[in-house]
Amino acid sequence: MTSHGFREITFSINGKEKKLHIDVRKSLLEVLREQLGLTSVKQGCAVGECGACSVLVDDVLIDSCIFLAVWAHGKKVRTVEGEAKNRKLSKVQQAYVDEGAVQCGFCTPGFIMATTSFVEKHKGEKKTREEIRKDHAGNLCRCTGYQNILKAVEKCINSDLVK
Amino acid sequence: MFDLKKNIKAETVDKAIKHLAENPDAKLIAGGTDVLIKLRQGKSEYCELVDIHDIDELKFIRIDDDKSIVIGSGMVFSKIIESDIIKKHIPMLCEAAESLGGPQVRNMATIGGNICNGVTSADSASSLFTLNAILILKGEDGTREIPISDFYLGPGRVDLKKCEVLTAFKITHDNYQGYFGHYYKYAMRDAMDIATIGCAVCLKTKNGILKDYRIAYGVAGPVPMRCRETEKTVINKKVSKDLLDEIAKTVEKDVNPRTSWRASREFRINIIKELSKRATKKALKRAGEKF
Amino acid sequence: MAVGKLVNRVDAVAKVTGRAEYTDDFYRPDMLVAKYFRSSIAHGRVKEINVEKARKLPGVEAIFTYEQVPRIKFATAGHPFSMDPDHKDVADRLLLTRNIRFMGDEIAIVVAEDEIVANKALKLIEVSYEEYKPLIHPDDILKQGAREIHQGSSNIVGEHRYECGGKVDDALKGADYVIKGEYVTPMVQHCHIENHISFAYMDDLDRIVIVSSTQIPHIARRIVGEALDIPLSRVRVIKPFMGGGFGNKQDVVLEPMVAFLTLKLDGRAVQINLSREECMTGTRTRHPFHVQVKTGFLKDGTMVARKMDVLSVTGGYASHGHSVAAAGGSKSSFLYPRMAIEYHARTIYANIPVAGAMRAYGSPQVIYALECATEDAARFIGMDPIEFRLKNIVRQGDVAQVTGKEILSCGLSQCLLKGKELIHWDRKKKEYEKYKTGPVRRGLGVACFSYASGTYPVCVEVAGVRLVLNQDGTVHVQVGATEIGQGSDTVVAQMVAETLGFPFENVRVVQAQDTDVSPFDTGAYASRQAYVVSNAVFRAATSLREKILDYACLMTGEKHGKFDIVEENIVSADSGKFVLTMKELAVDSFYHKERGGQLTSEVSHKTTTNAPVFGCTFVDVLVDIPLCKVKINKIVNVHDSGVILNPVQAGGQVHGGVSMGIGAALSEELLIDPETGYIFNNNLLDYKVPTFIDLPEINHEFVETFEPTSGYGNKSLGEPPVITPPPAIRNAVLDATGVSINTLPMSPHKLFALFKKNGLMDPKGKADV
Repeated sequence: MTSHGFREITFSINGKEKKLHIDVRKSLLEVLREQLGLTSVKQGCAVGECGACSVLVDDVLIDSCIFLAVWAHGKKVRTVEGEAKNRKLSKVQQAYVDEGAVQCGFCTPGFIMATTSFVEKHKGEKKTREEIRKDHAGNLCRCTGYQNILKAVEKCINSDLVK
Repeated sequence: MFDLKKNIKAETVDKAIKHLAENPDAKLIAGGTDVLIKLRQGKSEYCELVDIHDIDELKFIRIDDDKSIVIGSGMVFSKIIESDIIKKHIPMLCEAAESLGGPQVRNMATIGGNICNGVTSADSASSLFTLNAILILKGEDGTREIPISDFYLGPGRVDLKKCEVLTAFKITHDNYQGYFGHYYKYAMRDAMDIATIGCAVCLKTKNGILKDYRIAYGVAGPVPMRCRETEKTVINKKVSKDLLDEIAKTVEKDVNPRTSWRASREFRINIIKELSKRATKKALKRAGEKF
Repeated sequence: MAVGKLVNRVDAVAKVTGRAEYTDDFYRPDMLVAKYFRSSIAHGRVKEINVEKARKLPGVEAIFTYEQVPRIKFATAGHPFSMDPDHKDVADRLLLTRNIRFMGDEIAIVVAEDEIVANKALKLIEVSYEEYKPLIHPDDILKQGAREIHQGSSNIVGEHRYECGGKVDDALKGADYVIKGEYVTPMVQHCHIENHISFAYMDDLDRIVIVSSTQIPHIARRIVGEALDIPLSRVRVIKPFMGGGFGNKQDVVLEPMVAFLTLKLDGRAVQINLSREECMTGTRTRHPFHVQVKTGFLKDGTMVARKMDVLSVTGGYASHGHSVAAAGGSKSSFLYPRMAIEYHARTIYANIPVAGAMRAYGSPQVIYALECATEDAARFIGMDPIEFRLKNIVRQGDVAQVTGKEILSCGLSQCLLKGKELIHWDRKKKEYEKYKTGPVRRGLGVACFSYASGTYPVCVEVAGVRLVLNQDGTVHVQVGATEIGQGSDTVVAQMVAETLGFPFENVRVVQAQDTDVSPFDTGAYASRQAYVVSNAVFRAATSLREKILDYACLMTGEKHGKFDIVEENIVSADSGKFVLTMKELAVDSFYHKERGGQLTSEVSHKTTTNAPVFGCTFVDVLVDIPLCKVKINKIVNVHDSGVILNPVQAGGQVHGGVSMGIGAALSEELLIDPETGYIFNNNLLDYKVPTFIDLPEINHEFVETFEPTSGYGNKSLGEPPVITPPPAIRNAVLDATGVSINTLPMSPHKLFALFKKNGLMDPKGKADV
């Protein structure tokens, strides 16, 4: 079906193939939350200004509130629910916990996806604080002043350098 | 949920043109970072869409045989930033792309959309103006090419005809080879902001003489604009500090910013003048000029 | 020992895995959504409203207008109930209104099956207004004969005056110098990333359950009862995880309406989830202040008198009303306690969005004025601003003028000295002398503050804690203190572990405050919780500890006083030798057929003290004059908050406060059209919250004192870090440029106007920037 109504999409969500019947009017944010129960994906503005709904689509960081769900067809979507495996936090998640980068936690899932894309993309590279700031500037946080988030990102980057 | 009546997915440019012809009220959607926001604001003129989000033939950057650089309109800004061709030949376009929004927006927003929405603050526009970019448009009757400066008709209005798709931007060899440039964005924040003023400078020097000089602004008028009088005045002059002051003085006569709640005309003019100096100075440094 | 230790937040893992559930995460497919129909004018009255077309739209469940809501005026401020009739909050709000008091006022509400239908229905509502001129500027609001925004109010919500430390007029006469200044702060917004959201349903025929993102579940329960005239026991408020509040959720904004709607719709679940745009203008803001200060001082730098005249603008409804101006005056009065002070304040209505509580509640406005004025005084006599402050600030043992109580802990002078060292004050002062001309200038600034730990004696301060020993030897804690992201659950767990002697991991704080279950506590505000709860926790944990030790005696037949708790075991108090595990003890207490029972302890404690806290901001700035921009090279906050319970979380509070302070100093402001009352920038693109890249590194340091009135020596910290960045930055810009910016924010637009006025915008320009 190519016009309004419903469409069937197939995509990978946190490593699992999924076939969904979706309303073409829905954003990816809505489909992830309402049809898949992936409530880590938060809505803070609905217009791509806060980054709370950030997810990875084919490992690229996007705001799922201004991304039509139909665009996920054939793609690989990652949310923070898929990052901890075998009851073990991902490196990025662990760094956020250890560095006190979490306060109210509402921006946290989006931020963790931003950091995840950043550290995967720049694995093994040295990154300046300015580069870290710039590549996380699409996620707003009102609790932390970004200070401990910066530390958490640096910790992830540096741990890759050691290896 | 977006109040969409129709969302017609186009697999190719030709199909997109066909869908536009069959659905006269439909608008194109590419990256979605503008259209979906307008839709959410309740702007019903966007409720029928032809979706070119996934058209691969619009996603490329290449150098043609005639050494023109051609950028597909569906290229998202982060891909432009990462392109070796752009980094090597037109680094100022990387600067413009980097200044736009935040990472997520740069990963979604396309250069075609940035130009087709017709706003004066479009970060890529002023650089493309100084590069004399040519727009390639495809419609029912075939392809046409027009310079970017002719594309803008007024605020929010561009020369995109019914059933036409902007497919690519072309920057010819003589417009980038030997040129050095800089894009300076002035905004209230260093990310996630729209330009209060955007200034692009692109120039060529020889033996301390400004052989060619192009300066363009966003938000200095209703649409992005070149400052032709200033350019005429300074070409072939000797590079010096005084020349920078002269540019700043002359540029004021070229521009026509307005007062809005975002900034006053007077404030914008002050920034326009200051940026002309700073952007030119940076471009001159890149050209190896010492003064 | 867990207090003062580096322990991770108890909820960090739930949050990084996305499993922490916030109000919007309790998705119910059958839930209806409600959307307000808001006024498109700022001042007026609805002549006629017609909702018939909207009602017929398929998918619309119900529409209510001001005609269908109870005629009960209620107050929304999240204050405890006051037994003093003179100290009640102003009840000036109905669920929906016919009289329009700000643009976006709530006239009607649509309940529909989804948001799209609700939005379409809103467009079908027809309304006509009788329009009045919006009253926005104080001069117009207070003009004789101005229309009353609320009938009978004279547009004044409250007014008070106090004088302490002697007669101010006499002291001013005795001063060598008297300087005057006028300082203005704008309307700013909290911008918590989770917008206001609530839903309600009925779990039987007459009990309402409200799930809401609120700082004050117990207060919300009472106000819902008042607004709907139902007994409060029929209302249950549950606060799950919440995405920030900063004071904006210390107000009852949505709860009465969702409760009303579910009552009307036979118990169906109804949700209101405000959009960002609505949240920025339809909830609460920080009160804009206009402050006049007169400072009298001697040649040697001793300040002898200060007279402050404050005008606070509360917008269309009272909300927290005059309390904000009153608190701003009293909490700042600890700072320079050896001089005569007169403080006069009025709070007025205006046809602008409603102001309420916001982080530090009046103090950022008052301290901005006060610390600008202090700086101006120091500069007037050419004295180093740190020396000047050191001479005048509060010291331990001073008597707080407003309360008459002795200040038992105060490390402010050490804070100033520490900050001076961290910013390299002396070296940079010299170095920056050569940056006082030309296009790029540099300067240093300082400002200090005092604040309080809670609201006593203005309001009751009550905290409740319940401890339960589990079968496995761990303990569960229920507290009424509300976790809103600031980390209160974590420090409560630390306190419990500290006093019980348990490992930190064996203390579990039950997340989510639920008025059916959680002990009574008035909620998260006034930086009160860690201070007020500390005494309740200390008593409850001490009592449980004694019960456990007594039970060990009962089990072993030993005498009282023989045992101690170390980690997970009962040991001999003398030898430290192992006696039995906590699990063995717990199992026995639960399941022995003849003795014991569940070991629990519950304490509800009222705090009747209020410890002042202190601190300062030091800042090093670069001012790019042609671009009218201020860049912060370095910023340091130093705090005396008593004993620091958790260094990393405490640091986090400082970082967040400083970042909000920097935003308020340089970029944040809700811009009002002075003609119409329209807000231009009610979104996160146009309202300039600092992004990651806009903030410098934020440094912090603590000067740890011990506060004897607190259970663990701690004092308040949550709000104070936001207070002093704006005056410190203003003072640094003054140091760099010689220009006083006495109106916030110091945005490029404002700097441009003032630099121009002061002849700094060189028309010739300088190329070498």
